[in-house]
Amino acid sequence: MLKEPHVGAPRSRVDGRAKVTGEAKYAAEFPAPGLAHGHVVSGAIARGRITGIDTTAACAVPGVLEVFTHENRPRTAWFDYKHRDEVAPPGSPFRPLYDETILYSGQPVALVVAEDSGTARHAASLVRVEYEAGAHETDLLRAREDAYVPPKRRSGISPPPKPRGDAVAALAEAPLRVEAEYRIATEHHNPMEMHATTVVWEGGGKLTVHDKIQGVLNSQGYICNVFGLSKEDVRVVSPFVGGAFGSGLRPQYQLFLAVMAALALKRSVRVVLTRDQMFTFSHRPETINQVALGAAADGMLRAIRHDAIGATSRFEDHQEVVVNWSGLLYHCDNVELGYKLAQLDIHTPADMRAPGAPLGVFALESAMDELADKAGIDPLELRLKNYAETDENEGKPYTSKELRAAYRLGAERFGWSRRSAAPRSMREGRELVGWGLASGVWEAQMQQTSARAVLTADGRLEVATATADIGTGTYTILAQIAADAFGLPMESVTVRIGDSSLPKSPIEGGSWTAASAGSAVQAACHAVRETLFRHARGAEGSPLGNADLDHVAFVDGRIVLAADPDRGIGLIEAMRAGGAERIEHEQTASPDKANQKRYSSYTHSAIFAEVRVDEELGVLRVTCIVTAVAAGKILNPKTARSQVIGGVVWGMGMALEEETLADHRLGRFMNHNLAEYHVPVNADVHDIDVIFVEEQDSRTSPIGVKGLGEIGIVGTAAAIANAIHHATGKRIRDLPITLDKLLERPPAERAR
Amino acid sequence: MAKLHVSTTINGEPTEFLCEPSQSMLDVLRGPLGLTGSKEGCGSGDCGACTITLDGRLVCSCLVLAAEAQDREIRTIEGMAEGDRLHPLQQKFLEMAALQCGICTPGVLMAARTLLEQNPDPTETEARFWLAGNLCRCTGYDKIIRAVLDTAAEMREAAR
Ligand code: FES
Ligand code: FES
Repeated sequence: MLKEPHVGAPRSRVDGRAKVTGEAKYAAEFPAPGLAHGHVVSGAIARGRITGIDTTAACAVPGVLEVFTHENRPRTAWFDYKHRDEVAPPGSPFRPLYDETILYSGQPVALVVAEDSGTARHAASLVRVEYEAGAHETDLLRAREDAYVPPKRRSGISPPPKPRGDAVAALAEAPLRVEAEYRIATEHHNPMEMHATTVVWEGGGKLTVHDKIQGVLNSQGYICNVFGLSKEDVRVVSPFVGGAFGSGLRPQYQLFLAVMAALALKRSVRVVLTRDQMFTFSHRPETINQVALGAAADGMLRAIRHDAIGATSRFEDHQEVVVNWSGLLYHCDNVELGYKLAQLDIHTPADMRAPGAPLGVFALESAMDELADKAGIDPLELRLKNYAETDENEGKPYTSKELRAAYRLGAERFGWSRRSAAPRSMREGRELVGWGLASGVWEAQMQQTSARAVLTADGRLEVATATADIGTGTYTILAQIAADAFGLPMESVTVRIGDSSLPKSPIEGGSWTAASAGSAVQAACHAVRETLFRHARGAEGSPLGNADLDHVAFVDGRIVLAADPDRGIGLIEAMRAGGAERIEHEQTASPDKANQKRYSSYTHSAIFAEVRVDEELGVLRVTCIVTAVAAGKILNPKTARSQVIGGVVWGMGMALEEETLADHRLGRFMNHNLAEYHVPVNADVHDIDVIFVEEQDSRTSPIGVKGLGEIGIVGTAAAIANAIHHATGKRIRDLPITLDKLLERPPAERAR
Repeated sequence: MAKLHVSTTINGEPTEFLCEPSQSMLDVLRGPLGLTGSKEGCGSGDCGACTITLDGRLVCSCLVLAAEAQDREIRTIEGMAEGDRLHPLQQKFLEMAALQCGICTPGVLMAARTLLEQNPDPTETEARFWLAGNLCRCTGYDKIIRAVLDTAAEMREAAR
């Protein structure tokens, strides 16, 4: 009897035990002898320069070891390219404590290092900084006038496709038109773990670095380049990362500061940011979308225009894919898309869960809802009518696209057919009830990744690659894949990740880790299998004598004939026969270039939302969300469901709560704490249902996986906004949809 | 400034430590005592990651002065399992995927245990409001709530 494989089955997290007992160690938790603690002093103005910095009082506090500022910091690499990390956008990367120039509010201006964290914190409050302030701008609504097309494209980010047809003319002639502007506020990642780095001084110039990072190799490369160290001397080890959502893609300033201090003081140093400092680096850029849709009277799309302006810093051109989705989701012959950046005096934005997509898709899917209204067509029917069978941006077929099935299954589960069309037509008691839907889309990708597999004669298997698990479930799916390769129980497998000494892996992001690291681990395991199989065949009296690898199965720690599973040989026996104590192989899995050229690969989703709005008070609840996801093969329904629900709740946050508010007079974010920056809490969440739509895809990755980290958030905010319109008749195009916007009466009514 | 000498009980073990008068309980737990299971998500009482109990009462340890622990009973996540045997809530969280990155998990577990001690049969709404102060950025809360309600049902069953 062949056992049920681990892949595809709901398996519990292999790192779960360490996490429920509090044993898992994160970046700020690794002990080191003689550990010193650094506290960052944050700058107070948005633009200008430091004219004086007085550290006398701070230095005088007993226990303070050193106060680093731009005036006394050790020398670092001169050229920009040395400061550019693996995923840096075009521009000149921010250099902490570089000189007296202030580029944004909250910029680190000093690091106080002391024997303990309390002393460092206290002494940091004694550092006096004098500034000469220059004129700053942090308001995108003003800076949009100066928006520009980024001259150099960011690697991995496709610029908008060339226009097709004549969108301007088609729009002018279209019987139905929707034209509107949609805005999404600045958001901050706010993983629950603060950014932190512990640098362990190993003596002899060697460092072990525990960093909050989504790719240990990115931190390692950055440190080596900036401080002129050799890779042999710097090992980055981050087995657990307490969430990141993109904030840990690029090395953040605490890493630089901790390493700088450790090198200067020749001892171990830890730097942990405070929650308000978590608002002083990466964030999702505020983005303005202008969308115009033209359609025939029956709702068939004739023209799509979508122009977006995203905020960026003055020193780097952070780019995202915001508008391309509008050329992709629907069939339309006349499409024109544009994407620009506007510079503000802020830190460079960064990728944040599904960068770009939920912003552009919010605009497009809101506009589609408005069009459905105008055409008097059910919003689901409108989408089915305009369904795109191929990728019309690139003129390529899809590797797979089961969005139609997602619409159908989601609608059935949700009960969409019972929706009454008119806004404000459904209510229960004092609450207005609204139903809305939207589509979601995200690019399915795979990146070149290496992995090692080692089988030892005690029947244990270790697989290793430098990738990360930021809570996504990487440990678990890799254990499943590896265990299946040998028919072993998952307990026999050890997964090692998050260590720069392991085989090379790109940063963990973009939803590509399962496909990439999974394929690499599988390839390494298959290589080990081949060697093992040779030993097995060579064993005396081996029942596998003439069989080849295709005709055997690995079951329960044995290699057996697929046709006759009673005949076989144990793994350990086979190794002994071959005189092997261990079998080790490293393999690299790469995306199939030919497939990439011929096909487009995307995950899709259909999201259905129910909201209830108190008619008088405006209090709003999202009472139900059904999301149907087509993402190729699902490796582990348990962790997969978790990922998608997490993404959906991020969509709720984007729709209703998350907004970093700037005081433009001061040029600084004001709600820099978790009391005033609202994220969804347990009591905000009601029923969320995830459906995984059957989808076969053999072209995106060798293991059939398309990725799940981002798709949950894309489209969710639009579905909620559409449901709010259905409930209240109010179309709010400015996220988040807060109470004040819901209660605001139209100007005509206000005049009365 | 002179350090304070504090005698307290942590997870049933008599414990002594020295601390600054201004130092938080969370700081002492994570620093000198090496009990890093309690997490710091804000340091200002907004996230619940540092949740412990003080004489059975749920508190944010970032808002408690370490000196207040004198002659009190503290429980942290490190004391939740009995030896190798996980608490039913820990077991359920593991089985039902109620955790991802794991940073909020110790705080959520501590809060959920106190909930079930005080109310063995909470409604979903009661559980959601009780845990509303424990922020989680990964899981979307759904599995946390299911795990808590399921554990409650099992513990009631076992107690009969
Ligand atoms: S760290 Fe104590 S509530 Fe956040
Ligand atoms: S599991 Fe990551 S914050 Fe809750």
